[in-house]
Formats: sequence, C-alpha cells, structure tokens
Amino acid sequence: MRIEELRERVCAMYPDLCPLFSIEFGDGSIAVPLERVHSAAADLKDMGFDRLGMVTAVDRGDEFEIVYRLQSRDLRAAMFLKAAVPKNDPVVPSMCDLWPAAEWQEREVFDLFGIVFDGHPDLRRILLPEDWSGHPLRKDYADDRIVRRPDYI
Amino acid sequence: MATIEDIAEFLDKAPGGGILLTTVDAVMNWSRGKSLWTFPMGTACCAMEFIAASFSRFDFDRHGTIPRPDPRHCDVMVVAGTITHKMAPAVKRIYEQMPEPKWVVAMGNCAVSGGIFYYDTYSVVRGVDEFLPVDVYIAGCPPRPEALQDAILQLRKKIASESISPRRRRPVASELPQPSDPRKGDLEEQPLARSKATAGGPDV
Ligand code: SF4
Repeated sequence: MRIEELRERVCAMYPDLCPLFSIEFGDGSIAVPLERVHSAAADLKDMGFDRLGMVTAVDRGDEFEIVYRLQSRDLRAAMFLKAAVPKNDPVVPSMCDLWPAAEWQEREVFDLFGIVFDGHPDLRRILLPEDWSGHPLRKDYADDRIVRRPDYI
Repeated sequence: MATIEDIAEFLDKAPGGGILLTTVDAVMNWSRGKSLWTFPMGTACCAMEFIAASFSRFDFDRHGTIPRPDPRHCDVMVVAGTITHKMAPAVKRIYEQMPEPKWVVAMGNCAVSGGIFYYDTYSVVRGVDEFLPVDVYIAGCPPRPEALQDAILQLRKKIASESISPRRRRPVASELPQPSDPRKGDLEEQPLARSKATAGGPDV
C-alpha cells in the first residue's frame, strides 16, 4: 500500500488526527494523544497491521515519546504509531492484549526508560541486573561508574 | 600431608635437590606450556578472531592450544569481547571453576580497558583486570589471530619462569615498555616509569 493510500485510510478513520500524520523514514507515522494510543492501535490492527515490529521510546527532554512500529504483510506497509508520555507520570497502556509480542519489548522499555506499562502481565527488568537502580537511557541518568568523554576526543 | 611446597622446600635444601627441582620444573613448565587448553570466553566480535584462530588457516591445535567449552578442562581463559557489568559475575564464576594453575588472556581493547565503550557507557566493565588477574593483554579491535598467537608465546615465556618452589619463582616482565595505567590514578608516576623503561634502551 502506498503512503498516500495509507494516509487516506488513517484520515478516514481519525479525521481529527489527520494533520498529525507525517512521513518519517519513508513510512507513515501518526502521533496520537496518549489516552487514545491503545484504541488507535486496536483500530490499526483491525485495519491489517497485525504485526508489532518494535516498541521503543525516546527521551525528548521534557517528555518521553513511545514509538510502536506496526507492520502488515497483507497491506504491504509499515508505519509508526507514537504518543507523548509525560515525564512525571510515565504510564502507558500495555499492548500485550493486542500483540503478545509486546511483552518483552515493553519490559525492555520499562528497563531502560522507566516507563510503566499499565496492564502488563509481568513488568520486570529484562536486560539489566535486577538490582540495578535507575533507567540508563533517560537523559538525566547518573551513575558514578560512567566516565564522561572529554572534549578533546 | 606434605604439600608440593613442602617437597619443594625439602629439595631446595637437600644436596643435589636443586638439580632435581629444576628438572621437575622444566618438565612441568614444558608440558603446561605446550598444552594450553583455552576457555573461549567470547562475548563479542573478538570471539570471531578467536574462532578463526582455532580453524585450519591458523590452526592453533598444532601447538596444543585447543579451545574447550568446559572451564574444568581449561588452563587459560581467553576473554575475547566486551564484558558488561551483568556478565562480569558469570565470567568470574567460570574463572573460579577452572582448576589451578590457570591464566587469563585479555584479548582485544574491550577486554583490556573497555575499548570503544570506555566513555559514556553505563554497562561495560572497563577491562577484565578489574576483577580477574590478567597475564597477557592483546591490543587491537579486534586483534588478528597472529596477535593471539603472540600472546600464547608470551604466556609460555611466563609459564617457563614458574617453579614448584616458591623461592625460585621469578617475576617476568614484558619486553615492551610499560605505560602506567591512568585508570588506577597513577598518572604522576608516569615520567618515572617511562624513564625506567627507556633507560639503556632506545628512546621511545
Ligand atoms: S575490542 Fe573491538 S572487536 Fe573486540 S570485542 Fe571490543 S569492539 Fe569487538
């Protein structure tokens, strides 16, 4: 499916979110408000995006951004679904009920960003040791073991 | 029960015992040095070079350096790769499972000092010598199998200076000048160490 076609179908589904549809890295991308991210994901799954390729997050400084990459073999398309997550209360609805593959991915995001997934069956650290404190991919993460790169390198 | 150290001490004092002792040492060090079974602690890209070294092109089997996947069979642990803080306890535990005498080769910049992961990383141990007694360091990212071969030869030299008698053990130093280690905070001593290393030798 071409991106224009994808945009049309997404716009038909969510007329109010149509301006938020953009093209990133050659794929369609839609940013939705956090409270609608789960229903949008369910709708996109019904539309044909039956594979959750990746869950990740970005620390934008004043807020996090949760990023889902959805893929579809039938539609021959892939797209990003994004939502801004406030830093003081980073809670995101879990996608485990839609795509079971989200389970470990969300654990990884929890491990490295500290974003809590509401409804996740088993939210524990997955990569770091269990006694680790902090979430190292946050920009404000501090650890006295880290050696900062000097300017001259 | 007499330990091997007691026997060595007795031989050291007994007339003619020194000859026996050096012969025993020579045989033991020869056999130890010629059958260095390695434990491939390969955690990252350097392990590829380690694997290449044991296949037919470089063929480390021909001098008895055989990789074994079981630490209980091994004499040398070759740490080939990046060691993270999560992996470090496992590496230490595997090292403790190896029977004495045992040696450690730090292969590649990551195992020597953290390498490209030295700065700005939360997860990588800055060199396996933070928790293991390393005998030979190999620089390179990754080192070629020839460098690993050189490390094995250096290690043999080190083994050849060992003795079952504690009084006869000689410390060995690399022939290369030894830079001081900024990680241990001995930067001030660096000029002294330099001048010692270069005294009598060519200027480096
Ligand atoms: S030293 Fe280089 S090649 Fe070896 S493990 Fe580290 S990054 Fe990989």
